[in-house]
Amino acid sequence: MIRYLALRFASLCVTLLVASMVIFAIVEIIPGDPASFMLGLNAEPDTVAALKKELGLTGSALSRYVGWTTGMLAGDFGTSYTYRVPVSELVVARLSVSLPLAVYALILSTAIAFPVGLIAASRRGTATDFGIMGATQLGIALPNFWFAMLLVVVFAVGLRWFSAGGFPGWDEGVSSGIKALTLPAIALALPQASILARVMRSALLETLGKDYIRTARAKGLSRRQAIVRHALRNALIPVLTIIGLQFAFLLAGAIIIENVFFLPGLGRLIFQGITQRDLVVVESVVMLLVFAVVTVNFLVDIAYAAVDPRLRIRS
Amino acid sequence: MTRSPSLIAGAILSAFYLIVALVSFAWTPYPVEVLNIADKLSPPSEKYWLGTDHFGRDVLSMLMVGARTSIGVAVAAVGIGMGIGVPLGLAAAANRNSLFDEFIMRGNDLVFAFPSLVIAILITAVFGPSAVNAILAIGIFNIPVFARVSRGAALSLWTLDYIFSARVAGKRSFLISIEHILPNIANLLVVQGTIQFSLGILMEAGLSYVGLGTQPPTPSWGRMLAEAQTMIYLAPRLALLPGLAILTMVLGLNLLGDGLRDRFDPQIWRER
Repeated sequence: MIRYLALRFASLCVTLLVASMVIFAIVEIIPGDPASFMLGLNAEPDTVAALKKELGLTGSALSRYVGWTTGMLAGDFGTSYTYRVPVSELVVARLSVSLPLAVYALILSTAIAFPVGLIAASRRGTATDFGIMGATQLGIALPNFWFAMLLVVVFAVGLRWFSAGGFPGWDEGVSSGIKALTLPAIALALPQASILARVMRSALLETLGKDYIRTARAKGLSRRQAIVRHALRNALIPVLTIIGLQFAFLLAGAIIIENVFFLPGLGRLIFQGITQRDLVVVESVVMLLVFAVVTVNFLVDIAYAAVDPRLRIRS
Repeated sequence: MTRSPSLIAGAILSAFYLIVALVSFAWTPYPVEVLNIADKLSPPSEKYWLGTDHFGRDVLSMLMVGARTSIGVAVAAVGIGMGIGVPLGLAAAANRNSLFDEFIMRGNDLVFAFPSLVIAILITAVFGPSAVNAILAIGIFNIPVFARVSRGAALSLWTLDYIFSARVAGKRSFLISIEHILPNIANLLVVQGTIQFSLGILMEAGLSYVGLGTQPPTPSWGRMLAEAQTMIYLAPRLALLPGLAILTMVLGLNLLGDGLRDRFDPQIWRER
């Protein structure tokens, strides 16, 4: 177990190291001179030189890379060029929108997918199953930003149940914050729920074919009892992986949805950073997102090893 | 073997959009670059079957050319993924447990660790928004998918007797990969290709929607949606039609992929 953990941790560190190099290369080396990239084509040479000095871009690429990474390890993500505040402050402020949104969407997606997948699996081959599978196919094919637009038209403009966008801030009260995040969370959750329901269904069907379920039925458990006591637990392993992946996706993949609803989240921060050519913000936030994705996947792996002893031995 | 309804429905939907895209090269009701302000926001009529947008452009013509754009970007992105990923996966399987294999697999894990949308946005932002950069950004994330699928399938084939015979006969592993392994994993690659194709269409639409994909004046479904958003109360059909196009095309491809997988998978044949 300890060997497994150490190996997984080492690979986590290597992944992060290589990821930081790739991001640094994309943002700071490939465009050529970052300062002139940030200021655009018509910048005066003096301005470029001044910005270079301000951003600490005068050193070699290697020393800049080392400075950036060691800074991040110490919690210093640099200073935003456009906002003139430390990036870490921006990130914390934006996380207070993005994190609740991701959690909200994940809860919705799981709350929809579990019962739906369960019903489809326990009624395999019936009209209900076909109906559910057809609906999930639609859900997967649905472009979430388009779905978001439709939600706004129906629920914000038509029925006036929600506001069409923006975020009042948590100071206005928790309920108004949750209300502002509801439509975006639904838009994010529905396609994810479709995928999760299908995974749930196929995982359940697979375990339902196992010998121990037959044994459980033979000793007198009803179908429902066999599912709840035995099948459900064993089917959870593939479902948990997908949930882990989805959380990472929801945290990082909300860029477009945040743009539809004008939510001041992390995704919108990256997007604004890109359009305003604020490279310090872009590279640090992207790195942070990669860190979050890799860490969530790492934790899911660890959770597996704790749950399923076979995975420990195989490694 | 029974005919699967999802295969048929998927094939019809996909073929429909393919034909529309091909026809758009030769004919569209109106040229898509021409603005006709006098006819702006016309409702559907005999003159304009699906109406016009805020510049008086014919919506049907734009949707037709948009199909071409979507399919073009997605095909090229899948092509990048297959063209690079499959040889890498085959080589990794042929040299299993070597340093090369390890390198390829860790490289794959690394690409999977990146949130693809964020990196696609980063790439198109640094290199400039354009259809070509959207293709590259989407294509890069297809490489590990195809590498992983072809490596996994090839690994199980390498243990089979006929491959062993070929090795005993002195055939080089490069030739074995090309002549024996590749034809046998082609089915899998087609299924995966269909899935990546549909993901590519969604991603292209998303990138174009935020302005980082296909650039004006080339019509694309994602940008049509972005432009329609401001006029959604004035002319809701402008927002509905491109979204429906994306939805049905992706649905068709997914159904096609599922149907093909069922048809190719011998395990399911036995069950039937």
